[in-house]
This record gives sequence, structure tokens and C-alpha cells, in this order.
Amino acid sequence: MANEGLDKAVSGEYALGFEIDIETDIIEPGLSEKTIAFISKKKDEPEWMLELRLKALKKWETMTEPHWGKLDYEPIDYQSISYFAAPKEGIDSLDEVDPKILEAYDKLGISLEEQKQLSGVKVAVDAVVDSVSVTTTYSEELKKHGVIFCSISEAIKDYPELVKKYMFSVVPMADNYFAALNSAVFTDGTFVYIPKGVRCPMELSTYFRINALNTGQFERTLIIADEGSHVSYNEGCSAPTRDEHQLHAAVVELVILKDAEIKYSTIQNWFPGDENGKGGIYNFVTKRAICQGDNSKVSWTQVETGSAITWKYPSCILKGDNSVGEFYSVAVTTLAQQADTGTKMIHIGKNTSSTIISKGISAMKGQNTYRGLVKINKSAEGARNYSECDSLLIGSNCGAHTFPYLESKDTKGQVEHEATTSKISDEQLFYLRQRGINEEDAVSMIVHGFCKQVFSQLPMEYAVEAKALLELTLEGSVG
Amino acid sequence: MSSVMKIENLQAKIGDKQILKGLNLELEPGKVHAIMGPNGAGKSTLSKALVGHYDVELTGGDIIYKGKNINEMEPEERALEGIFLSFQHPVEIPGVNNAYFLRTALNAKRKHEGKEELNAAEFLRLMRDHLEMLGMKSDMISRSLNEGFSGGEKKRNEILQMLILEPEVIILDEIDSGLDIDALRAVSEGINKMKDGKRSFLVITHYSRILDYIEPDYIHVLKDGRIIKTAGPELVAQLEEHGYDAIEEE
Ligand SMILES: Nc1ncnc2c1ncn2[C@@H]1O[C@H](COP(=O)(O)OP(=O)(O)OP(=O)(O)O)[C@@H](O)[C@H]1O
Ligand SMILES: [Mg+2]
Repeated sequence: MANEGLDKAVSGEYALGFEIDIETDIIEPGLSEKTIAFISKKKDEPEWMLELRLKALKKWETMTEPHWGKLDYEPIDYQSISYFAAPKEGIDSLDEVDPKILEAYDKLGISLEEQKQLSGVKVAVDAVVDSVSVTTTYSEELKKHGVIFCSISEAIKDYPELVKKYMFSVVPMADNYFAALNSAVFTDGTFVYIPKGVRCPMELSTYFRINALNTGQFERTLIIADEGSHVSYNEGCSAPTRDEHQLHAAVVELVILKDAEIKYSTIQNWFPGDENGKGGIYNFVTKRAICQGDNSKVSWTQVETGSAITWKYPSCILKGDNSVGEFYSVAVTTLAQQADTGTKMIHIGKNTSSTIISKGISAMKGQNTYRGLVKINKSAEGARNYSECDSLLIGSNCGAHTFPYLESKDTKGQVEHEATTSKISDEQLFYLRQRGINEEDAVSMIVHGFCKQVFSQLPMEYAVEAKALLELTLEGSVG
Repeated sequence: MSSVMKIENLQAKIGDKQILKGLNLELEPGKVHAIMGPNGAGKSTLSKALVGHYDVELTGGDIIYKGKNINEMEPEERALEGIFLSFQHPVEIPGVNNAYFLRTALNAKRKHEGKEELNAAEFLRLMRDHLEMLGMKSDMISRSLNEGFSGGEKKRNEILQMLILEPEVIILDEIDSGLDIDALRAVSEGINKMKDGKRSFLVITHYSRILDYIEPDYIHVLKDGRIIKTAGPELVAQLEEHGYDAIEEE
């Protein structure tokens, strides 16, 4: 009976499934040197970029799709995807943005207009619809602090030295199948550079949205925090409801120099598909940070509620002495979603430390896998890691799996691992209901409690958003 | 004389086991009813049946509350209508802030009664007053619900919830077990504070000590799934001396 109550509360309708009705410029499906040349030309790129892309394509063609994840999906036909779609009219400033796009962002709860006017808390926003960065707010004001916040396409043209130096430096071109694909076809994304000693005066945000039919989205993000700088960056993602699967293969590279810090938060809400596994985004993402300098710090926080398939392991290479890597994750799988996600912490520098807090929630037919690696090199004297992987099951048709790997060459390293799997217990649910709290609210209260350590890492506004999103996602799947 | 709650010929199972075997009991308004009985007799099962716990399957009889049969009523509905159970073993809910939980519960009730909801500041004031009265530390506001609470702290937290939610029928399942002397006094004071001539109490206990404080009007003996004797408070001394085996069914 309790189970019956549970299933009802976890199958929320996808609320962001609307389609933006704008004219798009889209190329024919297929991937070849010609496609790459077209993308590069469309973006008016310098020759060196095109060459790098073509090199990546060559490498990709020799590679095979990895299948070690605990994921079950139909084969992807890479020739049936269109690799470039852009809103038809070119856009230079917010005033020129198609009102329909602005309206769409309002629906997403991100009003670019408001962002422009907000005086209190400032959040600079870069919005990427399909393959193109639509608008970047606050760039002017950020420039005063020397902060560069622009689309990666602009950066390739305007800051070639930085791009040449750091792109592919964290995630090599042929790091893995999906990263290689991205390196060849990436269409847009965000570029951030925080100069020495600067604390970025506002939160930076990017919203990604796949809109056009039959397209893939391949964005690429590169963030460089120079010595002693600090930045907090947030990304959000959504897509319309479609019957077909759509591919999203992004790459994110973070470079953190001496005494610098990056906090990177993601709220991923790509369309999850339906309860029979029809439609939904295939999300294959490579995210990696390198703590290059001493005393540097990186923190990944992710709230993953969407996508049909998630394959994602934000990682930290802790090279500088005393550098710190953190990974806080909430991954929700409901309907027929599958997630294989986790992190890699590579300890190289002395006294490096890492923390992993992973919370997996599975409901309905959702399958949730945590896969994590903690690697302590010989050089990493005094390294420490703390890992905690908790799984929460709602109902009895879902699954949770945990694969923690440890490779330690430093026998003095301190590694602690804790893992729990629990069901929302009938006793907990009943306790709350006995106090007059209805079943759905009771479930979401227990789930929020379970995620608390992760949500508390998010900036305020995003924590509120994440909470609301979680509620929406689990709505109706308890029962 | 009208009763707030009338339990008639109640039969209930947990799993395959018949626990309640035709139990009759009437709770009168403004009165304190104590239930005593041997371990495993069905006292907790009765309290769970009254609040609609999933484990308990009713196989016969009626629970009449305010003149209505509530056998099929959802647990939260019963709570909103004023039935409160202090659990023998309150469950821990990690990460759920105690104050947030209790405010949500109170506001659900206020909404149900057509009253305005309390904002966070108003609620905190209310909670602090009660905490002080119960001799509870102020970190109970920010800690997770029952998580890592000592046995006594859990019981005080149940009483705190009772005081804030102001229910009409209050069922206390071994509220006194495991309490130290000061806690027992504080908890009893909390209970006495709730006496208003209208509320009814159903106090399940194994010890006379708490009864000295809260002065029950009736003592019921529950044995083998039925109430086998009902008497005044003088019965307690007799039970303490001769045990349950000496009780003759009426
Ligand atoms: N979930 C359960 N599964 C199986 N049997 C149960 C369950 N809950 C209770 N019982 C059984 O039902 C009977 C009555 O239990 P109950 O908890 O109502 O007793 P009690 O009178 O409250 O005892 P105590 O004084 O020890 O608290 C016991 O034999 C107990 O073992
Ligand atoms: Mg009991």
C-alpha cells in the first residue's frame, strides 16, 4: 500500500518540453570533412581551428563507441544527425534577440530582460540555443574587471592565444570517443577567463537548449582561472519533448592556476523521454578540471534530473600541491532513465585532498549507477580522499549500482569510503503523514533531506531551482 | 454521555497474525485514559490502527471519530482532523530540518482549518517558547528530524510536536519509557498543559510513575487483543502488586 502511494509521486510531466517557434538554419544530416568545413566557415573561424577540427575527425573515425557503462540503448547513427542548427537571424545584442527566444527563456524561469535590469544579485548569462550562443549579458561590465565571458566562437577569433594554449590541454582531442566527436564538430559554448587576483564580481551562467529537430548539440566550454582568482559558474540545460533521441556530447575544460578556485554547478534537465524509453536526450559528456597550481581548488556540483541516458564523470586532476577537488552530485532517474555517472580524482601533488558526495535517486524503472575512481600517485604524499555514495530507491522496479575504484600507490594516503542504499521507508513516510503532511509532500521532504549535502553547495537561487526541479521530476512517480 | 472516539469490536491483523480480537473502548472528552498490559498484548497495534498505519489490516469492527467511521480514512486526513500519535519508536529522517518539518505540519493543519499559515519568524518564536518549557536545547531547531537524538530527546520532540499541533485526540505510546527524572517531569507538564476539558488522551504505559503526574481518569487493561478490564486510578496499585495474570475479565 505504501508502495502504491510511492509510485504516484515520481513521474512528473516534463515541464520544459515546449518548442521555440523560430526559424532555424540547419544543415543536412551527416558527418564528413565537408560538414566540418561548413561549420568552421559558418563560424568564420581561422584556419588553425579548422585544421584542429579535421585532425579530431580523423582520430574519431579510428575510434569505437565505448560500452563499458551500465547503459542499454539503441545504436546511434552518427550520419543521421545534423551537426549544425542556428536561429536564422544573426544576433549581436540582446535587443536583437528574437522575442520568441526571450519568451522561451522566460518560460525556463530565466528572464534575460530581467537579468539585464537586475541591480541586486547579478548573474551574467550566456544562452546557447541549438548550436549558437544567442546572447551574453553583462560582458561590458565584466570587461571592466578584466573578466572575459563570451561564446567560444568569439574567443577563437578574439583571444586565439588563450584558446590555443588551453583548449585540448585538459581533455585531449582524442581523449575518448565522444570528446573526439565534440572536438571535430563543436558548434558553440562558453569561454571564461578570470585574470590574476580577480574575484569575479558576479555569478556566471550559461543556459543550453536544444530546440531544432534531429540535431545534436556539441558545446564546448573552457574556463581559465588565473593565479589567485575565483569564479562561480553555473550551467542549465533543457530540450523540447521529442519522440526521437537526440545526442548531446559536450566537453568542459577547467584550468585552475595557483591559489585560484572554480566552483562549477550544473542543473541538467534535458528531456528524459517517456516511461517506455521513447525519446529523450543521450547525454555523453566529458568534464575535467586540472588544478595546475599549488593551493588551487575546484568544486563540481551537479544536479542531474533529465536525459534518457547520462554518461558523465566530472573529474579533477590534482596536480598542484595542497590542491583540493570536490564532487557533489545528485542524480535522479525515473521513468526509463539510465544514468552512469560519477567522478575521477587523480592525486598527483603533495597533500592533495578530494571529497566525493554522490546521491543517486531511482524511481519507477530508473537505473542509477555511480562509477568513481580515486587514484593516488606515488608523488601524492599525504593525499586524502573521502567518498560517500548513497542511493535512495523509491518503489521496487528501479535499481542502484555502485562501482567505486581505488588505485593507490601511496600507502600512507588516507582513503575513506562509505556507501549506503536505502529505500524511502514506510516508517519515515508514515511518520510525516501522521503529522498531517500529504504523501507527495512527505516524499519530497525525505528526498530533499537525502540531497541536502549537495544542494547546500549550490548558490541560493540555483538551490531553489534544483529543489523545484526535483519535485517536478518526482511528481507522480510515488505510488 | 458522548464520546470523542468509539472503538467497537475492533479486529486487526499484522501480516497473518490476528492481534486485536474484538476490542472495545470509548474515549471521553476531556478525560485521560491509560492503557496497561503485558508486552505483545497489542497496545502499539491499537495505536497504529487508530492512525491508519500501513502495517495494520482491519478485519472487523469500527473506529468512530466525531460520529464518523474512519476505518478507511487516509493517515494524513486523520491527523488533520486532530488525531495525534506519539510513536513508541520515533523514526529518524536524515537531512530534514526539524523546524522546517514541524512548520510544514502545522501549516498543513492551519490550512485545513482555514487559518492563515505561520511564516518562519512567527513559527520560530512559537517553537522556542515550547523548547524552553520542555527543557530542550535550541539546536533542536536546526538538527535533522530525530537523527542522532537520544531516546529521551526523541520523546521530548514528540511532545513538542503535540504542543505545537494542538490535536484533539492524543495517543501516547510509552512516552515515559527511557526518560530520566527531569525529562519525565517536563514531558508530564507538557501533557498536563494540553488538558483543556475537551481533549482526550490515550496513554499507553508500563509504569505508574507517569500516571502520578498526569492523573488518569480511567485505567484499561489490554490483554490478548482485548480490553479486559476498566477501572479508576486505584487499579494501578493493584496491578503493580499482583500483575496482569490476576486480572479477571469483566
Ligand atoms: N510488523 C510486525 N510484524 C510481525 N509481527 C508484529 C509486527 N508488529 C507487531 N507484531 C506482533 O504483534 C504483537 C503485538 O505487538 P504490539 O507492538 O502491539 O504489542 P505491545 O502491546 O505494544 O507490546 P509492548 O508492551 O512490548 O510495546 C506482538 O506479538 C508483535 O510481535
Ligand atoms: Mg508497544
